[in-house]
Amino acid sequence: MNSVKSTWKRLNKALGRSGMLSLAFLVVVLLAAVLAPLVAPADPNQSSLLDAYAGPSGAHLLGADGIGRDLLSRLIFGARTSLLGPALIVGVSLLIGIPLALLASWYGGWVDGVVARVFDLVYALPGLLLAVLTVALFGPGLTPAVVALSIAYIPFLARIVRAAARQQRVSPYVDALAVQGFGMLRITVRHILRNIAPVVVGQAAIAFGYALLDLASLSYLGLAVQAPTPDWGVMVSDSDAMLKGYWLQVLAPGVLIVLTVLALTVLGARISGEKPPGYLRRRPAKAVAAEKNRTTVGAAA
Amino acid sequence: MTAPLLELAGLTVDIATEDGGSRTLLDGVDLTLAPGEALGLVGESGSGKSMTVRAITRLLPRTATAAGAVRFEGEDVLTMGAGRLRGYRDSGVGLVFQDPRAHINPTRKIGAFLIEALVGNRKVPKREALARAAKVLAEVGIDDPQRRLRQYPHEVSGGMLQRVMIASVLLAEPRLILADEPTTALDVTIQREVVGILDRLRRERGMGMVFITHDLDLALAVCGRVAVMYAGRIVELRSADTLHERAAHPYTLGLLGSRPSIDARVERLTAIPGRPVSAFESGPGCAFAPRCSFATAACETTPPTLTEFDGGLVRCLRVEEIHAARTEVKA
Repeated sequence: MNSVKSTWKRLNKALGRSGMLSLAFLVVVLLAAVLAPLVAPADPNQSSLLDAYAGPSGAHLLGADGIGRDLLSRLIFGARTSLLGPALIVGVSLLIGIPLALLASWYGGWVDGVVARVFDLVYALPGLLLAVLTVALFGPGLTPAVVALSIAYIPFLARIVRAAARQQRVSPYVDALAVQGFGMLRITVRHILRNIAPVVVGQAAIAFGYALLDLASLSYLGLAVQAPTPDWGVMVSDSDAMLKGYWLQVLAPGVLIVLTVLALTVLGARISGEKPPGYLRRRPAKAVAAEKNRTTVGAAA
Repeated sequence: MTAPLLELAGLTVDIATEDGGSRTLLDGVDLTLAPGEALGLVGESGSGKSMTVRAITRLLPRTATAAGAVRFEGEDVLTMGAGRLRGYRDSGVGLVFQDPRAHINPTRKIGAFLIEALVGNRKVPKREALARAAKVLAEVGIDDPQRRLRQYPHEVSGGMLQRVMIASVLLAEPRLILADEPTTALDVTIQREVVGILDRLRRERGMGMVFITHDLDLALAVCGRVAVMYAGRIVELRSADTLHERAAHPYTLGLLGSRPSIDARVERLTAIPGRPVSAFESGPGCAFAPRCSFATAACETTPPTLTEFDGGLVRCLRVEEIHAARTEVKA
């Protein structure tokens, strides 16, 4: 009981108000995605032509799309593909990128040179272009898009890991661990990686947001998620609805994408230790007042 | 005579420079240490004391190359395979660093730091390792060890953290302890206590020790023999009891003379003129010649060798003349 409370307090302190808000939003979206069959009011793929382009009502809280599918339900189920894709992309790139980055930073020299240049090379390839190329080779679908973006995202994450790990590598405590007889694996994984974890997690959250946008773009182009699977990116691309003036059809998934990316970016920045905007302005208020006091006292004396 | 625990034979360390050249940091260091013996390594900054310790643990910078041999119980450390090296570092040698704050991972609790080697390398059950850690913490004079085990390094003072580091070395029960200026970062009042603990526990366990310091008196207090280093070379080596009376090298004499005395009040403290040089800065002759008040033209050109003199080893061309002159003055 007490520990729950203190954990909550520490979390609150570490993330700040904007970070907590972002976390809350993401938890809601994640719960909706996991519990979609329970919370969605209707079957996302059940069409009813009588309800085509129906406005918000008791039957359809956010209205229905062009073939009468419930918009809210499609948004809720869409959260599944929209979150799963980026999660896979970030997960796979971390799985490949972290070991490479740790190896490079540990051995330095030519090992580091080769790994760093390979990262630079992949970094120079636009991720979307790589994805389009993969789709051209293997046909459209979520899997080729995820594979291509996973590769494209490796340097985005691994370069940060490498830089942070290099900084730890030259710390005296790493030498001290080596003299205690510990090997490379133990020192890099249990000490270095652990100490740079906030940076890695923060960068991963930011990458997650970008990956979500990239997948949405690909789906928008018809290259990743295929109809009728509900997906936010696909729903934004429903140009038919837009042209006919049913803006809510397009705006709702668009807002969800923007909010999710925003929440992830804010959360990622907080986790990696960046202070919220206004931190410097807000914090010293007391100090400023104290200083004022001191000057008056000084003047009086 | 028993086989030496540690033997340095012609240990030379060069470090590559940016422009493709190389600089000599250690130049032919010969030392032997018997099991259970304590040896002091004394010198100014840049004299090569710390580089010697780094070479003994093979913890040299990437750009450095070592020649000669560092034999631990007869086996050359410099050519050991990775597995042997880890074993040697785990149970053969323990290193007490100068600045414990920098050499202990700040994000892990003291307990985790202390038991990692036992649990990770020697597969001691965690509960038993913690019990042993608490026992050793008590031995190094830390109150309430159970509480300390749960604290982070930033929660304790520098003196206590240095004791934690000494405890971590004692826990590993190495045959050789290297103490690299273990008290330099501490308050003077704590220094004596920490050195006392290190000395006592080392004796109880029969561990050999190389004690590095720039404080000659400290070295004389805890070591059986003292080696004085200058510019990457040993210039004098003799037993601690006789160093005061029989010191023969001008540099050692300078070090002894530059200590302020509490018996006499002086207007000005004596100091060795000039600044210490590194091995690569020294000329072809004696590295100390530019600062030496006894130096002659020959000292500038002829490198002296470490030769036996008056029960010790001295690296000085004019050692006999200087000795004769000094005895004359005394008499």
